[in-house]
Amino acid sequence: MTYVIKGETGDWEVVIGLEVHCQVISKAKLFSGAATDFGAEPNTQVSLVDAAMPGMLPVINEECVRQAIKTGLGLKAQINTTSVFARKNYFYADLPQGYQISQFDQPIVGEGSIILDLEGGASREVGIERLHLEQDAGKSLHDQDPKRTFIDLNRTGVALMEIVSKPDMRSPEEAGAYLRKLRSIVRYLETCDGNMDQGSMRCDVNVSVRPAGSTELRTRAETKNVNSVRFVMQAIEHEAERQVGIYENGGEVVQETRLFDAQKGVTRSMRSKEHAHDYRYFPDPDLLPLTFPQSLVDEIQSSMPELPDERKARYVGDFGLSPYDAGVLVQEKDTASYFEAVANGRDAKLAANWVINNLFGVLAGRGVDITNSPVSAEHLGELIDLISDDTISGKIAKDVFDIMLETGDAPGKIVEDKGLKQITDTGAIEAAVDAAIAAGAAQVEQYRGGNEKILGWFVGQVMKATQGKANPGQVNKLLKDKLDT
Amino acid sequence: MTKLTDLTIRGALDGLAAKEFSAAELAEAHIQAMEAGRDLNAFITETPEIALERARESDNRRAKGDALGAMDGVPIAMKDLFCTEGVLTTAASHILDGFTPPYESTVSANLRSAGAVMLGKANLDEFAMGSANITSYYGPVKNPWKATDGKDAGKDLVPGGSSGGSAAAVSGGMAVAATGTDTGGSIRQPASFCGIVGLKPTYGRCSRWGVIAFASSLDQAGPMTKTVEDAAIMLGAMAGHDPKDSTSAPMAVPDFAAALSGDVKGLKIGIPKEYRMDGMDPEIQALWDQGVNWLKAAGCEIKDVSLPHTKYALATYYIVAPAECSANLARYDGVRYGLRIPGDSLDDMYMNTRGEGFGHEVQRRILIGTYALSSGYYDAYYIKAQKVRTLIANDFKAAFEDVDVILTPTAPTPAFALGEKQEDPVAMYLNDVFTVPTSLAGLPGISVPAGLSKSGLPLGLQLIGRAFDEETLLRAAHAVELAAAFNHKPGREG
Repeated sequence: MTYVIKGETGDWEVVIGLEVHCQVISKAKLFSGAATDFGAEPNTQVSLVDAAMPGMLPVINEECVRQAIKTGLGLKAQINTTSVFARKNYFYADLPQGYQISQFDQPIVGEGSIILDLEGGASREVGIERLHLEQDAGKSLHDQDPKRTFIDLNRTGVALMEIVSKPDMRSPEEAGAYLRKLRSIVRYLETCDGNMDQGSMRCDVNVSVRPAGSTELRTRAETKNVNSVRFVMQAIEHEAERQVGIYENGGEVVQETRLFDAQKGVTRSMRSKEHAHDYRYFPDPDLLPLTFPQSLVDEIQSSMPELPDERKARYVGDFGLSPYDAGVLVQEKDTASYFEAVANGRDAKLAANWVINNLFGVLAGRGVDITNSPVSAEHLGELIDLISDDTISGKIAKDVFDIMLETGDAPGKIVEDKGLKQITDTGAIEAAVDAAIAAGAAQVEQYRGGNEKILGWFVGQVMKATQGKANPGQVNKLLKDKLDT
Repeated sequence: MTKLTDLTIRGALDGLAAKEFSAAELAEAHIQAMEAGRDLNAFITETPEIALERARESDNRRAKGDALGAMDGVPIAMKDLFCTEGVLTTAASHILDGFTPPYESTVSANLRSAGAVMLGKANLDEFAMGSANITSYYGPVKNPWKATDGKDAGKDLVPGGSSGGSAAAVSGGMAVAATGTDTGGSIRQPASFCGIVGLKPTYGRCSRWGVIAFASSLDQAGPMTKTVEDAAIMLGAMAGHDPKDSTSAPMAVPDFAAALSGDVKGLKIGIPKEYRMDGMDPEIQALWDQGVNWLKAAGCEIKDVSLPHTKYALATYYIVAPAECSANLARYDGVRYGLRIPGDSLDDMYMNTRGEGFGHEVQRRILIGTYALSSGYYDAYYIKAQKVRTLIANDFKAAFEDVDVILTPTAPTPAFALGEKQEDPVAMYLNDVFTVPTSLAGLPGISVPAGLSKSGLPLGLQLIGRAFDEETLLRAAHAVELAAAFNHKPGREG
C-alpha cells in the first residue's frame, strides 16, 4: 500500500513531516495568570503581561510545564530537566511583546516516537523530533470593520506545545493516522483537548517529494495552519502533485511557506518575500533556564493514565479482539470507556461487535459522539446478557436494539412488554416443527433427496409460526432429528 | 538647624521623630526647591499633591504611633522609568506619550510601603540609554554643579546618565534621595558627576517588575542618596524577593544600615591593574591613590588583583545591552498605548510611530542589537559577547577569592559641558568604562563622592563587592566616605 505518484518520468514518493501546535489544557496562561477559556468576550482574558505593558515580566506557569512533561512521556520521549526559553522576534499587531516566548535550541522534550494505526490493523512507528513550549499569539479580526482590523488578545500567551515529527511519513493516510493518534494521546493525557475545529490543535505540513526508492531529502514547502485531518491529507496530495509537476518540468521547488485553500483544496504561496523573517532567536533574559528535578518527571510518570497503545494491547491480549477492532475502540478515550463498561463481565468480543457494528453506525448517522449515545452502556450490556443467557436470539436482539434507540427503554422491559422472549420449550417448538414437516411434503422429499439447503425453508416456517422467538439452535436440531429419521 | 533641603534620610527621620518638623513641612520645602530648580529640568512630572497627601498620611501615622516604615515621611524623586499607578510614566520617550500605568512597580510600591513620599518623576536618558542625560525627549538635565575653573568654567554641565534627573534632584536639594536604575553605570556615573552616593545592588536584589526594561539581564534599581548610610537605609526599603520577577533573588533582606560599623580593619581591598588605563586623567589617578591610602589608614589590607578581560567589557556590553533592548522595545508599536502615528498599512504605522517616537540614541541601539542578533551574525556577536561576559564574571570571581572589595574610580572624567560628546557615541560610551564590567558580572557597585577636580567638580570612587554582599560593600564605602569627608555643595543654591 505504498503511496506512489505516477509521474511522466517515473514514480515519485512523498516525504512528510508535521508540526502540530497543541493548546495546553491549563487554567492560566504560560506566563501570566489570565484565564484561558475558549469563546470568552474579546479582550476579557488579558493580563498586563499578555498586553505587554511596560515593565511587565513573564513568570512560568508550572502547570503548563507538568502538562508538557506528561505529553512528552506519552510520546515516549526524552524529558530535558533543563531547557531554555527564547524570544522569537517579529512584529505583528496581535503579538503585543513584539516577540513570542518559545524554545529554540533547548526544548523541554527531545526525541520520542508515536505508533500509527493503519488500515487493516497494520502499524508503523514515526519519530518525534521534539516538543517545546511557547506562547500563542492573539487573534486579528479582519471581518469586523471595512477598514480596520480589530485585535483580540484573549489567546495571547496561552500555552502551546509544538510537537515536531521527523520526516517519517510517506502518504496522506499516514499523516492522517499520525494526527489521529497524536490527538488520541493528548486526549487520553488530558493535556490538550485536540479540537482542530476550535484551533486548539493546529497543523503545519512539511512536504517534499523524491523519486521512488531514493533516500535524498529534497527541498520542502511548509503549508501553515491546516485545521482538519481531511485538509491535511488534501494539502499533502495537492502539494506532492505540485512538486512532482515542478520537477518533471525541469524546475526546482523553493523552500517557502504556503497556505491551504480549503475551498479549492489547493496550497498557495504566501508570496511575502519582504516578510522573509529572521526571527533573531535569543535566550529570554527575563526568564532563568527552566529546570526541574528528575523526581518531578518520575512523579508524573507514576501517575500516567493507560494510553491508547497499551489499552489496545490489553484488548487484543486479554479480550482476544482483533488488532483492528481494538484500534478502533481505543482511539477515543470515551469510546474505550463505553466499550469497557459494556464488556465488563461479559463476552468482550460480542460487546466489541455490538459497539463497532451496530452502535457506531447509529452514532455516525445521528452525528453524535459516544458520550451522547442514545443507548447507554448499561442498556447495551443488558442486551448482550439477554443474548448470552438465551432469553432472546441475536436476530431478535437487533429488533430490540432498534426499539431501544427509539424509546430509550431498557432491553429487558422491551422484551417483556413485546413478548419477545425466546421459546425454549421443546414441546412448543416440536409442535411447530411437526406442523412445518406436515405442511411441506414436497420439501421433505427434496431434503431426503440430498438437498440439505432446503432445511432453511423449514426453519423459516417454524420461525414464522413462533414470530421468530423459537430458539434457532433447538429448531435446527429438532428439524434434523426428525427429517433424518 | 540644618536647612530642610540639606537633610539626609537619617537626619530627616531623626527630625521627624523628634517632631522638629512635620513630614508635610519637609515635603513642602522640597516642593519649593523642586519648583525653584526647574531650570535644571530634573523632573519630567512633578507630583506635589501626591507628595503632600502622602506626607500628611505619614504625619498621621506618626501622631498615632502606628507602625512606621524605614523611610516614613522622607520625600524622594522617582526615576521616570518606574511605573507609578495613576501618574504619567514616560521613560523620557516620546513613544510613551500619555502613558499612565494602572499599576505600581514593586520597588516604588516597596518604598511607598516604607512611608517614602514621592515628589515627582525624575528625568533620565530616553529608556535609560545614555551617560549624560541628553537623550531625554523632555530635554537635557543640567548638573547643579558648575566648574569654577578650566575650559568648562561657568558652563552648563551634564549630570551624567542615565539617572541624571535623580542625581541632579538629590545634589540640588530637590529631594532627600532618589531612585535610580543602573544597566551599565546609570546610577554610579551620575552619582559621581553630581557629588552624591549611588548604589547599584547585586542583580536580582531589587525587583524589575514595573521598571521599564532597557536590558533585562543588566537592569537593576538602586538608591541615589547623600550618604552611604542613606543608601543602606533606602536599599533596605527597595529590595526583596518578588515572585513576579523570575530573576529576583529569593533572599532575605539584611539590615544594611547595621552593617556600617565603621570598622574595616583587616578588610582586603583589591586594586585591579587593568583599570589603570593609558592616558588616564592624572587627577583621577590621584584620587584613586588617595582612596587606597584612606583605606590603608583605616586598617584595610590593599592587594593588587587582575581582571584580565576588562578591556573587552565595553564592547561586550554594547552587544548584550542593545541586543536585549532591540527585543524589549519591540512592544512600543503604537497598537495599545503611547504614541501612534497612523499609516496606510500596519507596517507604515509601525515605521511612522517608531521613527518619530524613538530618539536617535534609542534607534541606534535598536539597530545595533537587531544586527547583532540577526542570522549570520548571531554567533560572531551575541554568542561571543555572552562568552566574554562569562569570562569577565569569572575574573571577578577569581579576584574575590583574594579580596573582599575592589576599589576603582567611578568615571574617567568629571562632569563635562552640555553638548560635548553629543555627536560621538563612542566617546560617550567610554564614560562607563569603569562601571560596565560590574554590571556584566551582576555585582554590586557603589560610587562615593571622594574629592573635587581642579575645576571644582565632584569625583567619585567606585567600590565593587561580592554578589549579595552589599553589607561589606557598604561598610567599606562608609570608610571611604568618612575619610573623604566630602562636604562640598554645588555652587548654586538649591
